[in-house]
This record gives sequence, structure tokens and C-alpha cells, in this order.
Amino acid sequence: MFIRGIGHAIKQAFIQIFRNRAMSFASLFSITAMLLILGLFFILIVNVSVITESAKKQFDTIQIYLLDETDRATAVRMIDELSKMDGVAHAWYLSKDDAMAEYKMKWGDKAYLLDGFAENPLPNSIRVKLSDLEKSDAVVEKARTFQGIEDIKYYKTAVDKLLKITSYIRMGALVIILSLVAVSVVVVANTTKLTVLARAREISIMKYVGASNWFIRGPFLVEGMLIGFISAALSAALIALVYHKIMELFGTDMFLMFSVRMVPAAFLVENLIMIFAALGICIGAFGSIISMRRFLDT
Amino acid sequence: MIVFENVTKMYGNNVGIENVSVHIDKGDFVFLVGPSGAGKSTFIKLILKEICEDKGRILVNGMDVTRLSNRQIPKLRRSIGIVFQDFRLLPNKTVEENVAFAMEIIHASRRAIRRNVPQVLNLMGIGSKAKKYPHELSAGEQQRVAIARAVINNPTVLIADEPTGNLDPDTAWDIMQLLDQINRRGTTIVMVTHAKDIVDRMGKRVIAIDKGRIVRDDKAGLYGYYEDEDAHSFFCKPGGVFNNHVY
Ligand SMILES: Nc1ncnc2c1ncn2[C@@H]1O[C@H](COP(=O)(O)OP(=O)(O)O)[C@@H](O)[C@H]1O
Ligand SMILES: [Mg+2]
Repeated sequence: MFIRGIGHAIKQAFIQIFRNRAMSFASLFSITAMLLILGLFFILIVNVSVITESAKKQFDTIQIYLLDETDRATAVRMIDELSKMDGVAHAWYLSKDDAMAEYKMKWGDKAYLLDGFAENPLPNSIRVKLSDLEKSDAVVEKARTFQGIEDIKYYKTAVDKLLKITSYIRMGALVIILSLVAVSVVVVANTTKLTVLARAREISIMKYVGASNWFIRGPFLVEGMLIGFISAALSAALIALVYHKIMELFGTDMFLMFSVRMVPAAFLVENLIMIFAALGICIGAFGSIISMRRFLDT
Repeated sequence: MIVFENVTKMYGNNVGIENVSVHIDKGDFVFLVGPSGAGKSTFIKLILKEICEDKGRILVNGMDVTRLSNRQIPKLRRSIGIVFQDFRLLPNKTVEENVAFAMEIIHASRRAIRRNVPQVLNLMGIGSKAKKYPHELSAGEQQRVAIARAVINNPTVLIADEPTGNLDPDTAWDIMQLLDQINRRGTTIVMVTHAKDIVDRMGKRVIAIDKGRIVRDDKAGLYGYYEDEDAHSFFCKPGGVFNNHVY
């Protein structure tokens, strides 16, 4: 019985979509448009999240510069103590020569400029890699108490600012996404209402003959879900195309200022398809249920 | 079986029906007559639970309609066939689809549908019209399709709201023969009508309502007695599709 009911609903849904081509197209168009805008915000959120994550990674290191007279043994004792702290992943010693080597590596073909120094100006240092950025204050406090250090470098304000900005962006995008979803449910509900209205007579006859509300709703529900699904596929394809074009044009360099790469298209599209499909189907289903509510009262 | 026990239905200050008690047995054939606004449609809507009563109790086919939840309404309506004056066929479905539709609703198997639909159409005398659309049929044929749809699921009760109202006298009489045939196979029939000659000729039970009350209930009755002058002038207005049609 149940299976037969679903079969009937699916068959009727296809017939309805075809018979009401104009309506179906209107619904399809509005859901697709919504999903496209939504997709842009989704891409924004994902990229912002990736940027934050990698920025965090860059800022998760505390550098403790040591005075020249501080010997290696003292440094090792400091490292031991820091390593025991909560939120510290790893602490290690970096000699001034190693530090210079690191710089040369970073500067690449301009490394010859560094050869101009008669003497290595860099200090010996301890590096502390944090596993938990929240614990940075405690670690810095601890380091301050050590004797024989010259300076502590930690870009806390930069990290804080970045985190704040990205959380605003994320919140904003989320609010916009949610309102877009609400708007598209309303749009679909109103479009479907026109179809339902056109079939009010048929629905009333169905009720006289003893059709259950779900039997009447079924085809509309499947119709909404189907249109939602097609919209999802359509908008995911469009977004994938646009994203690919952007990557082709600018390359991943576009975001090099954050020294992070844009999220690879394949990963993004894969997730987008899932999210769009779920959203599209839900929007379609809710839209048609809402639009039918009044007709199924008695 | 239909039982009304002291049923009252008001529309604001308007009386729909008032304190109506009636007992219609299984297999009865009942004409429901009365002037316009008497409460006939209200009576039928209460049976179908299209509207809810204010007072009293209603039993239909053993179900207490008064206590039926919204979810149980389809079950009630499946035990009742209904035929309207304006046929109410789906214009974009063929005759056989219109009838099959009533079976799909109760989730009948495709095999049962393919077996029963032609059978019922033949019984109604429209077997050859199966592939036609409603607008290609005459009024009488359309009403036969509507009756086929109403009876295909073997309802215990068939309700007909002026089923001959749009038909010429000969066609109307043919439809009455069909209803009589259905009744003889055990289906209870309640028919609202203004057709005096049909009521008189059939000689079935007549329940007359006026101003929301049952004013007469005859086992084998006539349409009206004209015992009062008002009613006489009302019923004898000229016009209508029947020569001796009184309304
Ligand atoms: N929806 C409604 N709202 C208000 N009054 C109504 C409504 N339906 C019916 N009535 C009133 O109830 C009375 C009975 O109506 P109805 O049952 O339709 O009579 P009939 O079918 O015998 O012509 C009439 O006076 C009518 O005006
Ligand atoms: Mg009426």
C-alpha cells in the first residue's frame, strides 16, 4: 500500500511537472537563483574558514629571543618547562645560524642580500608551537618570568583581529543564507499555490472520494522535491563552472596575500552538490506543504 | 445505515438543520425533498463530515461521525459514494481514468483497476466511452461516469445531490433506473431532488425538510401534498425541465 502510494505520487508528479511547465519552470528558476546566491556566500564562508585556519597556523608560534650570554643548558631548561604547559604542542631551540639559514631559504633567490652582514645579527631563540591558541597568554606570561631572554614575539593582536573579522563575515553570511532559504521557501510556496489553486476542484473531488491528505499532498511534495533537486544540480554545475573559470583566470595566486590558496574546486563542488541537493529538496518540499495547508483543512 | 439523533447545525444565526432525528436503514432508498434553503445540503454535508454539527449525534455505517478525527474522514468518505448535479468529473482525464482514480485513492492494485473499471462502465452502459474525455460525452453519459466513480469501491451508501437536475426527462429517468438497480444490490441511497414526477413515480421513502426541520417522513410517498396554500404556490411555479416539474 505504502509503496503503491509512493509510486502513484511519483508518476503524478512527473505528469504535473509536464502539464504545468510554466509553473515548474518558475519554481525551478527561483530555487536555482536562490541557490546560486547562496552558493556564493557558501564559497565565501569556506574560503574565509580556510584562510582563518591557515592564518591561525601561521600565528600559532611564539618566538622567545634569547640574550647572547644565555647558554644552551639554560635554554633547554626553559624548553622543558614550557613543554609541560597546557596548550603547548612542541618547543624547540633555534640557534642563530639555523635562524639565518631559515631566512635564506625564505628569501630564495634574493638570499644573497643577507650575505652582506659581517656578523649574523639574529639572536638564538626558542620556538613554542601552540596546540591551543587560547592558552597563548599563559605561555607568554610564563616565558616573561625567565631570566636571560631578550624579547618575546607573538602576534596576538593580529590573530585576535583576524578571528574577529572572520567571525563577523561568517555570521553575516550565515544570516544571509538563512534568510535566503526562508525567502525561497515562500517563493516556492506561492508558485506552487498557483498550481494548487488551478487544481482546487480536482483536490475537492479527491477529498469527496475519500483521498487522504497525504495522498493528495504526495504528488505536490514529490514535484517540489524533484524541482528542488534539479535546481540543485543546475546551480551546482553553474557554480562549479564559474569557480573553475576564476581559478583559471587568476590562478590560486589571487589569495596569496593571505599566503593561503583558494579551496580547490573539486572539494568545494563535491560539498556544494550535497548541500544544494539537501537544501533544494527541503525548499521544494516545505514550499509545497505550506502552499497546500489551507486546502487540506477539512 | 444513517442515524441522526437530535442534530442541530447553525450558521451563526441561520438555521441549517434543527433538532433532526432520522433513521435510514441499510438498503433504503430515500428522497430528500424541500424548498431551497430548507437544509438538505446541510444534512448531506453533515453525513460527509464536511461540516460539524453543533448538537446531537450522527452515525454512518457504524461510524460515530460526531467523534471522527480529521484523519479518519477519508475512511468515512470511502464508505460513501457521492454524485452531484454538475457531475464533477476531472476534465483532463478520460472516462476510465476518472473512474480508476477513485480506486487509486484506496491504493487498489493495477490488476484490480484493470478488471473492475471496464466492468462498472459496462454496468453503467458506457463501456464504449472508456477512452473519451468528459466534454465529448452527453450530460446523461457524464452522469453515468460520475455514478460509476461513486460505486466502484462498493460504498454502503450512495448520496446523490440532485443527480437529474441537469438532465432532460428521458435521460433523468434512465439515471433513476440505474440508481434503482444499484439500490437493489443493497446500496443505501439518499437522493436530494426537486423532481416531483420522479419522486411520485418511484414510490420510495420521502423525507421532507423545511426550515431545518423534518416536516414529513413517508414510507412510500409523494413529493408534496399542497395542503397549505403557501406551499402550493411555491411548488406550482411554472418552468423547469419537466412538464409537470413543480419547481
Ligand atoms: N455557509 C453558510 N453560511 C451561512 N448560512 C448558510 C451556509 N450554508 C447554508 N446556510 C443557510 O442554512 C440554511 C440551509 O441551507 P442548505 O442546507 O444549503 O439548504 P438547501 O440545500 O436545502 O437549499 C439556509 O438558510 C442557508 O442560507
Ligand atoms: Mg442545496
